[in-house]
Amino acid sequence: MADLTVTEATDGLGLPLAMGDCILSAQAPGTAWLIAPYPGRRAACSAALAPLGLSFPAPGQGLAGQGLAAGGRRIVWAGRDQAFLFGAAPPEGLAEHAALTDQSDGWAGLRLQGPDAEAVLARLVPLDLRIGAFPEDHVARSLLGHMPLLIQRTGPETFALMTYRSMAGSAVQEIGHALKAVAARRRLG
Amino acid sequence: MSGGWRIPGRGAGIDRQRPLRFRFDGREMEGFAGDTLASALMAAGVRVVGRSFKYHRPRGVMTAGAEEPNALVEIIEGAQQTPNTRATVQELYAGLQARSQNRWPGLGFDALAVNDFLHPFLGAGFYYKTFMWPRQFWERVYEPIIRRAAGLGSLSGRTDEGAYEKAFAFCDLLVIGAGPAGLVAALRAGRAGADVIMAEADTQPGGRLLADLPEIGGQGARDWLAGVQAELAALPNVRVMTRTTVTGAYDGGTYGALERVGLHRADPGDLPRECFWRIVAKRAVMATGALERPIAHPGNDRPGVMLASAMPAYVNRWGVAPGRRVAIFGNNDSALATAQALTAAGVQIAAYIDPRPDVPALQDFPVYRGAQVVGTRGRMGLHTVQVRHADGVSEVPADALGLSGGWNPTLHLACHMNGRPEWDARIAAFVPRDGMVPGLTAAGAAAGGLSTAACLTDGARAAATALADLGLPVPEMTPPGAEDAPYGIAPFWAVDAGGRAWLDFANDVTTKDVAQAAREGFASVEHMKRYTTQGMAPDQGKNSNVAALAVLADATGQSIPDTGTTTFRPPFVPVSIAALGAGGRAKGFAPERRLTSDAQSRAMGAPMIEAGLWYRPSYFPRVGEATWREACDREVAMVRGAVGVCDVSTLGKIDVQGPDAGRYLDFLYTNRMSSLKPGRIRYGLMLREDGHVMDDGTCARLGEGHFLVTTTTAAAGQVMRHMDFVQQAFCADWAVRFASVTEHWAQFAVAGPRARDLLNTLLDQPVSADSLPFMACQPVTVAGVAGRLFRISFSGALGYEVAVPARYGAALFSRLVEGAEALGGGAYGMEALNVMRIEKGFITHAEIDGRVTAFDLGVQRMLSAAKDCIGKPASERPGLMDDARGQLVGLMSVDPADRIDAGAPLYAADAPARAENWQGHVTSAGYSPTLKGWLALGFLSNGRARHGEVLCIHDALRGRKLMARVCDPVFLDPEGRAMRG
Amino acid sequence: MRLTCPCCGPRDRREFTYYGHETFLHRPAPDAGGQAWDDYLHNRDNPAGPTRDLWYHDPCGTWLVVARDTVTHAVEGSEALA
Repeated sequence: MADLTVTEATDGLGLPLAMGDCILSAQAPGTAWLIAPYPGRRAACSAALAPLGLSFPAPGQGLAGQGLAAGGRRIVWAGRDQAFLFGAAPPEGLAEHAALTDQSDGWAGLRLQGPDAEAVLARLVPLDLRIGAFPEDHVARSLLGHMPLLIQRTGPETFALMTYRSMAGSAVQEIGHALKAVAARRRLG
Repeated sequence: MSGGWRIPGRGAGIDRQRPLRFRFDGREMEGFAGDTLASALMAAGVRVVGRSFKYHRPRGVMTAGAEEPNALVEIIEGAQQTPNTRATVQELYAGLQARSQNRWPGLGFDALAVNDFLHPFLGAGFYYKTFMWPRQFWERVYEPIIRRAAGLGSLSGRTDEGAYEKAFAFCDLLVIGAGPAGLVAALRAGRAGADVIMAEADTQPGGRLLADLPEIGGQGARDWLAGVQAELAALPNVRVMTRTTVTGAYDGGTYGALERVGLHRADPGDLPRECFWRIVAKRAVMATGALERPIAHPGNDRPGVMLASAMPAYVNRWGVAPGRRVAIFGNNDSALATAQALTAAGVQIAAYIDPRPDVPALQDFPVYRGAQVVGTRGRMGLHTVQVRHADGVSEVPADALGLSGGWNPTLHLACHMNGRPEWDARIAAFVPRDGMVPGLTAAGAAAGGLSTAACLTDGARAAATALADLGLPVPEMTPPGAEDAPYGIAPFWAVDAGGRAWLDFANDVTTKDVAQAAREGFASVEHMKRYTTQGMAPDQGKNSNVAALAVLADATGQSIPDTGTTTFRPPFVPVSIAALGAGGRAKGFAPERRLTSDAQSRAMGAPMIEAGLWYRPSYFPRVGEATWREACDREVAMVRGAVGVCDVSTLGKIDVQGPDAGRYLDFLYTNRMSSLKPGRIRYGLMLREDGHVMDDGTCARLGEGHFLVTTTTAAAGQVMRHMDFVQQAFCADWAVRFASVTEHWAQFAVAGPRARDLLNTLLDQPVSADSLPFMACQPVTVAGVAGRLFRISFSGALGYEVAVPARYGAALFSRLVEGAEALGGGAYGMEALNVMRIEKGFITHAEIDGRVTAFDLGVQRMLSAAKDCIGKPASERPGLMDDARGQLVGLMSVDPADRIDAGAPLYAADAPARAENWQGHVTSAGYSPTLKGWLALGFLSNGRARHGEVLCIHDALRGRKLMARVCDPVFLDPEGRAMRG
Repeated sequence: MRLTCPCCGPRDRREFTYYGHETFLHRPAPDAGGQAWDDYLHNRDNPAGPTRDLWYHDPCGTWLVVARDTVTHAVEGSEALA
């Protein structure tokens, strides 16, 4: 039994933060394994992931587990030859084809929801987040101000954001500034 | 004169039901919602709004737009003031406070107006000639005087606390300008389903329609405008951004745009003052319209003289009469049309003056054909215009004079990527060429089409072109009919009648200055600009550039196209640095990285020190300790005598896996890692390809194909980038992958003779000296949590580093500190860590500063002879293995009380402290409570052969001079007994 | 300025780190001698016109070669090293 108390990355940051018509809340990534297939092994990785109802994602792709067995598992592209497996331990046999690293504690997860979510992110993220260019389930690695960012659109007005755990405070602060300014504009009508 | 300047029934842009009080130079006045500061001042009868830059001449409002050269004011907001604000752009709000600029003591009487009488001595380049001698007077005497006399507004001197914002936007088509051409372009592209952003600098779409009110498609301009706006608003794919000036065109279809957000509000609340947009557009239509240019005639800077086209703007938008009796001086058909329009609006036209002999003379006002304005009268405002015509000179009473020398297409943006416009003799102006900015098309007046009908047609055409490029369907569109009068112009730039005729009002440049520049050899347009300063004021010569080069062309006998234009560069209008740098103030530029132990360290009173983006505790003060040194000395003694705990999570941790991991690390590190046994750790050195040391750290083998590499805090990012490069460039087919796990693990150094005792209170399976020897590692369970234990030491004491997933970091730190305190130890910070690593001669980036080789560090033996690695071939170049290079040494002050500082230079004991005697420098220094003296590391030429020698450290910067003895860089326990024990 | 990451598509310049001319891809043999190593490490042309240089897309970790023109600033294209 763990005899050490747990501190989440976003503890003490004043979340959830609701301003205007947006809400920023904590969304801990949970179990997160980074899967990096060795050269030429992407198909083998997909095969090994099949029992989870998943396959190795293409760049920019996020996949939710298929079928009842999926149980909220997701796999999300996370960089060159890398993907995050959320909500499950790597299946048997995957280690033969890919480097596996537990990253469950390395990232702070946030969720931004609301009609102005795109407008808020436009203040911080140099990405084209229009729904046509960045539809639901799409994923990108980019920047949140000067912080590393993994961003996924999880709904028409919802984004999942991940940045380094140590930067959670700055991330919340920066998004908070943007929320405030966008809310002030919204009040103008 | 007060009151009575508003015209009843005119001024659709103001709301007469909403009066607003404001102050100008302390005087309370009243305007209406919808007014600009300029229109409100004119309505209040204020004629003089500023003093000119050099001659301190009284000046009035000249334009109705962004190009205003004269009406620059300071806007006061509490303790803040924003200088050089164009009154023609500043919207009025309740309580606005504005102050005129460049006058003392006041606008009415300005002491420095004496400059005006000295003008024969103050022409172009006067300061280059007059203030040459004595030389040292320039900086101390002349420049301060000139700066005070010639000037613009001033800053408050306080930090700008206002909020600014930056934002990104993306679209298929960016329409720049919402005049008739832009509106039609946006409408057509919007109907086609393109994502459109239409950026308009003004408070509302319309452009010249708002001033000229032409009939469009049988409707009044405002009705037509309302219809178009309603349709655009209903299109979800069209975004209309008002108060947004596109300021620059950049590579890759990126445009900069400045939006005024809170600047026009009495109570902006949480609104930013401005937002700087970076708009990425696949295509752009530049529908920026055209700027009218004045004519240079003697006395043309008198308050009351303005652009002819500004007059209908003031009449129709703001309901303000430019004067009781207005004269118009123009050389083109639009000037005549303006005179007719003003008459129709009830403004009395005192005279229409045109140098062309064939102007139709039958008008509702006196027309002077073949005539010129040769002078004006009126000290603080125009009252007479002197007109020279075939029958002599007439004195025409007039309190306002509208000038129109023709129109210049607003083509600045098209030139931002170094494209050059071409001369169009038809309209006597420069027009943009196709392709000056990739993806950008000019339309309407910006492309030289000067009638409303031409703008409407051309906007539709430009949209069609853009849509075709975008692969979108081009919807049918028949632009509405509108005024399509031919535009006739006879080029006419300057009146030759003696006296000063202004070209550049903002910088007080006259036709004589330009002619003088040409005479003195500054005949190229770029030289003329710099010699006269024409076009260098905040307005960047928007209404003087073309006329100035026409005068230059005349003086040099060249044609205007051969003379060419100066280069237009971004930004098109002044952009505050705060807006450009929005998000970068205070911590915005550098996010904070906080340790899992951060809250507890702060709670313990530790001052935090920045290490890259990280914040680390420098020391943990205890009751009774008066200085940081006392805390630091105590913490060192704690580690040397009992046990200390330090958060070392900031060190980069890179997990390297794969069958080829060992082979890959052998190529990356100077020493061999593939021979490391699982469960063992090796110190490693990484070089840059040029042979210098990039970073150092440890490499632990966690399993057969599994390594964990550490980097220094400072170089973690650089090392990751380097590792990616080496792999992707040289061995992409090797089965190796790596990932940063820095953030996943919280890692704590536990160091000191009681370190093992402390750890064993937390480990589920205790370790012994033998079960985990020095430089070994193993998985452990720490208080029930799966972690890792490394037996490594950066302090030279018996040491371990224990790692747990970051969620447990705060709890583990607190348990370790509690345990350490019970054993007579405690937490230690960066200061103590630094002292202890100096005692042991361990290097950091203070030593490996990018210029240092393994040879310099005395670790040449770490370059494995049996294999190649990054940096090895270059490190063996003879110049990098020269004994004369600085070599790592230890330094101890001869008198232990003498303090040594990092950065101080080293000289031979008897040599004067001069550059040619420089022998090396101190890289790190600290007081060692263990050895009771000041210790330092440094680089000394041929240092390894000079142990025992006494040197002089002469630190002129801090005014310290002392003698120090050279020694081995390892001061303490050279055999490493303590850490191996 | 915008560059296209072969992995992520067109991105703002701020996401990239510049390294240098693609010469860095052609590492000489360890014993190629001083001249070859000097050329590899230090000697570069300063072209007015087309050039090919190395950039790192920091967010995703891809190294790429960018073909661009130093006179017109046109970016012709980019490809991943591997």
